[in-house]
Amino acid sequence: MIRKLRTGTFHTGMVLLSLLWLGPVIWVVVMSTRTFDDIAANGVGSLPHSFTLDTYRQAWVDGGELRALVNSLLVTVPSVLLSLALAAVAAFALSRYRIPGRRTILLLMLAGNLLPPQILLIPVQKFSELTGLYDTLWALITVQVGFGLGFYTFVLHGFMRDLPGEIQEAATIDGAGPAQIFTRVMLPLTRPALAALGALSFTWIFNDLLWAITVLRTDDRMPVTPALLALQGQFVSSWSVIAAGTVIAAVPTVAVFLRFQRHFIGGLAIGAVK
Amino acid sequence: MADVSTIAETPGTATSAVAGTPRRRRRSARLSPLLVAFVLVPFAVESIWVFWPALQGFWFSLTRWDGQTPPEFIGVDNYVELAGDATFRGALLNTVIWLVLFGGLSVVGGFGMALLLQRERRGVGFYRAALFTPVVFSLVVTALVWRVFYQPDGLADQILRTVGLEHLIRPWLADPKTALYAVILPALWRQIGYVMVLFLAGLKAIDPALQEAARMDGANGWQRLWHVTVPQLKGVNAVVLSVIVIDSLRSFDIVWSLTKGGPYHSSELLSTYMYSAAFQSLRLGYASAIAVVIFVLALAVILGYLVRAFREEA
Repeated sequence: MIRKLRTGTFHTGMVLLSLLWLGPVIWVVVMSTRTFDDIAANGVGSLPHSFTLDTYRQAWVDGGELRALVNSLLVTVPSVLLSLALAAVAAFALSRYRIPGRRTILLLMLAGNLLPPQILLIPVQKFSELTGLYDTLWALITVQVGFGLGFYTFVLHGFMRDLPGEIQEAATIDGAGPAQIFTRVMLPLTRPALAALGALSFTWIFNDLLWAITVLRTDDRMPVTPALLALQGQFVSSWSVIAAGTVIAAVPTVAVFLRFQRHFIGGLAIGAVK
Repeated sequence: MADVSTIAETPGTATSAVAGTPRRRRRSARLSPLLVAFVLVPFAVESIWVFWPALQGFWFSLTRWDGQTPPEFIGVDNYVELAGDATFRGALLNTVIWLVLFGGLSVVGGFGMALLLQRERRGVGFYRAALFTPVVFSLVVTALVWRVFYQPDGLADQILRTVGLEHLIRPWLADPKTALYAVILPALWRQIGYVMVLFLAGLKAIDPALQEAARMDGANGWQRLWHVTVPQLKGVNAVVLSVIVIDSLRSFDIVWSLTKGGPYHSSELLSTYMYSAAFQSLRLGYASAIAVVIFVLALAVILGYLVRAFREEA
């Protein structure tokens, strides 16, 4: 009896909490399908009295979300691939070979990632102006790669270090050089860690605001996050269009999360254990 | 140590695991150029975009600079000005409030949720997923979701009206008394699920036999929590603490999207003040000095983190 009561209380409490977490999200999704007149007449807090998908067209076309989404993907995909590639080779060399000063190098790289980005903003902007990269997507890609590298290297290093040495020895006996050992032996074994970091870094880079508004200026080149803020200024009181824009901006990361759910949670846990 | 030849990968070392020093023998003392490049290229990339800019940042903090004319060295004048700047002191205080409320409550909330949801039972998967959902949203998306919630006559006001507390209704984000807290709430909403996942991973690693033994010895729930579970989580705690402090000091997006630090700097954090000083007032030297203050605040934590990482590596 007491047990049943406790189970009941647990589920009631958790359902209420889940509602507190999911409620605002559901509210925004519902709101994105309301017409302007409905919201003007009944307010943002009322239940819907209308249904339209025109809000999505407005956010997508008039609000420039399509272009922003393309920009985001043009930045995010190369950034993720490049930073993981660079981090993987660094982690491989540092964890499997006796590189002089390897521990210092590793910790220095990690420390770079832990720096507050504020100290880097002004110099990075000035440097990107100097190199002519300012206001191009290349500037954003290279910054993202440079800033993320340290953490990815550290995590991959921890993973590669724990792989058994015998496989590497066997490959060495068979005459494989470092390049072959890396591509044929280590990389396949590191796949779970790479998948986890890939899913995580995709959301981090895709969701970034600060670097984008530091190295980009032209509206047409902005990725989705700053574009969403601009949308808010453009459609000041069209709450349903803003809501539609918000949903559009959230879909890619939610999709990546759902597709790589296991890796994603596992990746966060790697971060916790390391 | 028979085998000290430059190429350690001779057939003899394949079985060296029994010989006692497998690590030392396995690795080659001669480094191939490829391996050097493997380390140097990533390190150079990070140097260009992180290490060198960081050093420049310190130098800029000692200058007066508008970004157009060359920076002019003025010693510690920027720091002297900071000490007398009321906005800066307000931002510093807000950053500390942010650290305590955002950091503290997300640890308490995340840990509490992890404890509630650690046992596999019906519905737990759904509850975990619900709490975790906002973690994948960007802070800008989070901000817009909550902006709808805070709108005059929005959901927050409707709820207060329904429960008969309409006298509390105010423009949440536009009232200097509530703006900071109205921004912390969405940040917490997003962070708690993240911290929960970290603690769930930590709780999973604890040997259930320890709990059982404590139970046999007659420890009650609280005692088991304090004397068995919490000490076992030492490693995770250190990580969570570092993550939280670093995240707090970095917090920018959510404030920038909701209030831009206003009204009247009431929700200003060091990070937002630094950004507006740099890119709106174009006081690049002064903004760099604020950035150095943020750096110094973060340094203590980073050092703690690194000392721990170092010990693990050793």
